[in-house]
Amino acid sequence: MNAEGVDQKRRRVLVTATSAVGAVGVGFIAVPFISSMNPSAKARAAGAPVQADVSKLEPGALLRVKYRGQPIWVVHRTDTMLEALPTLDAKLVDPGSELASQQPPYCANATRSIEPKYFVAIGICTHLGCSPTYRPEFAPDDLGADWKGGWFCPCHGSKFDLAGRVYKGVPAPTNLVIPKHKYVNENTILIGEDEGAA
Amino acid sequence: MSSDTTATAADQPPGGFLGWLDKRFPVMAVWNDHLAQYYAPKNMGFWSFFGSLALVVLVLQIVTGLWLAMSYKPSAEEAFASVEYIMRDVNWGWLIRYMHSTGASFFFILVYLHMFRGLMWGSYQKPRELLWIIGVVIYLAMMATAFFGYLLPWGQMSYWGAQVIVNLFAAVPAVGDDLSTWVRGDYVISDTTLNRFFAFHFVIPFLLAALVFLHIVALHTVGSTNPDGVEIKKGPKGNKWSDTAPADGIPFHPYYTVKDIVGLVVFAAIFSAVVFYAPDLGGLFLEAPNFQPADPLKTPEHIAPVWYFTPYYAMLRAVPPIGGSQFPGVMVMFGAILILFLLPWLDRSPVRSIRYKGMLSKVFLGAFVVSFVVLAYLGLQPATELYTLMSQIFTVVYFAFFLLMPIYTKLEKTKPVPERVTT
Repeated sequence: MNAEGVDQKRRRVLVTATSAVGAVGVGFIAVPFISSMNPSAKARAAGAPVQADVSKLEPGALLRVKYRGQPIWVVHRTDTMLEALPTLDAKLVDPGSELASQQPPYCANATRSIEPKYFVAIGICTHLGCSPTYRPEFAPDDLGADWKGGWFCPCHGSKFDLAGRVYKGVPAPTNLVIPKHKYVNENTILIGEDEGAA
Repeated sequence: MSSDTTATAADQPPGGFLGWLDKRFPVMAVWNDHLAQYYAPKNMGFWSFFGSLALVVLVLQIVTGLWLAMSYKPSAEEAFASVEYIMRDVNWGWLIRYMHSTGASFFFILVYLHMFRGLMWGSYQKPRELLWIIGVVIYLAMMATAFFGYLLPWGQMSYWGAQVIVNLFAAVPAVGDDLSTWVRGDYVISDTTLNRFFAFHFVIPFLLAALVFLHIVALHTVGSTNPDGVEIKKGPKGNKWSDTAPADGIPFHPYYTVKDIVGLVVFAAIFSAVVFYAPDLGGLFLEAPNFQPADPLKTPEHIAPVWYFTPYYAMLRAVPPIGGSQFPGVMVMFGAILILFLLPWLDRSPVRSIRYKGMLSKVFLGAFVVSFVVLAYLGLQPATELYTLMSQIFTVVYFAFFLLMPIYTKLEKTKPVPERVTT
């Protein structure tokens, strides 16, 4: 090829312009492919509230229900369990539930619940998403004499008390998340909907 | 094979069908450039087995994987049962599945040995930087494939392992939650996630094969190195096959092809012993909780990734949350892998092979291997205070090997490198 008489400047402009238009085109065509990997309309709609019947839930026992594919715990806390909660405050990261994203405003209280007796939480560790093991007993051998009941995450050793509040010095950064919920009647809790929502 | 066979093959154009083919495709040129007239150092020895063995296992994984895909169903409802169907009802299904699951672990064993060989021989040094980088990309692609594949049996460990790893993305500041939802295609690990992981698990191995091709092209451009780290191309010319080839080189075929076949036979014996007598290898290759179907409501008592990921998993657990975020731990974990890319520029030693490097390099390489093995063990164990402390110490050792390398490779006194390769 003869390079004589070639307008290099014009050639560069054309190459740049073609590349730029091509890059914009690639950007546009990437949108449907990337968006296609996000949850489908079906997955987005699968979030209907579920009911938990606590009439047969014995004191100290834990009930698991499934909501949006996640485990939801409902625990019937005994008086001993509730009395132990304030004694743990000094060992916890956020004893006063000040981080607003972890619970609805009506659960930002000392027991992190609507009714002190019943504790409702999403059973997913705030670290990397395992479901922690329920350890309601006081002072078991493996968790030490100071253990006043709660959850121990088998994956990375995070600890939570019986109000789902995270202990200091464990991998999980925040308290367990409490989902929106409300009491339909004395013994039925509706998870996924509260008084504020439609 | 005598010397004139290869000479004739190169000098005279072949006749018959081969001749017809060679006029239309460079069959003979490829054969000669990469096998019959590719001159590899004559002293490569034991440690050069693992690259070619890894290639064999890649082919085995692709073939067994294709056959498994003929009977496997990538849906949350059917996946677990379809694996059991393969194990019980499909003719020879148990063998194909166990070859695939055992092959995955052996692929990593071979690649780890291959990488260790690279560290010993200084195979990443100039002019082999790109060869090394392609190798690290292959390692990343292997890890991605293994991760996607581990969800497919849809057992308890599959499910919760994927849950933990996908949640690592959620630790990225600001966009984390959206990112992990995008990866899953749902708010939890679900049928959608399983379906796309199957698609990725199926397609990435072909990318892997393409990368291996590039790896070999790059290798044959710069030439193989050897335990002495002596560049045979820079040495004297002329051997019994060619006047222009390096004097210390021997044709890859038949010398190394035959040698590698011996390695393959030994490897096949070990591999078969595991496939037939201990396919789960005491829970190391196939973990016990994975014999239970996935239950999104209950995490098994103790979860750990498969052994080949546990060194990085131990590092992840070793870093405490900083400022309420898990992101630093995730950074350390990915950093431990990505730092491999920088290796060619971290080593400032004037010599290539560990044979002629100083005591400091030997100590650091030894400490690095120990830290990798100990971290792998710790990553399999439940987190206790002692183990977390040990993980922290060995994470520091792991990084010290890389980050202090520019210092200790310059400080130490090296031994003189011989002119020619030794035996």
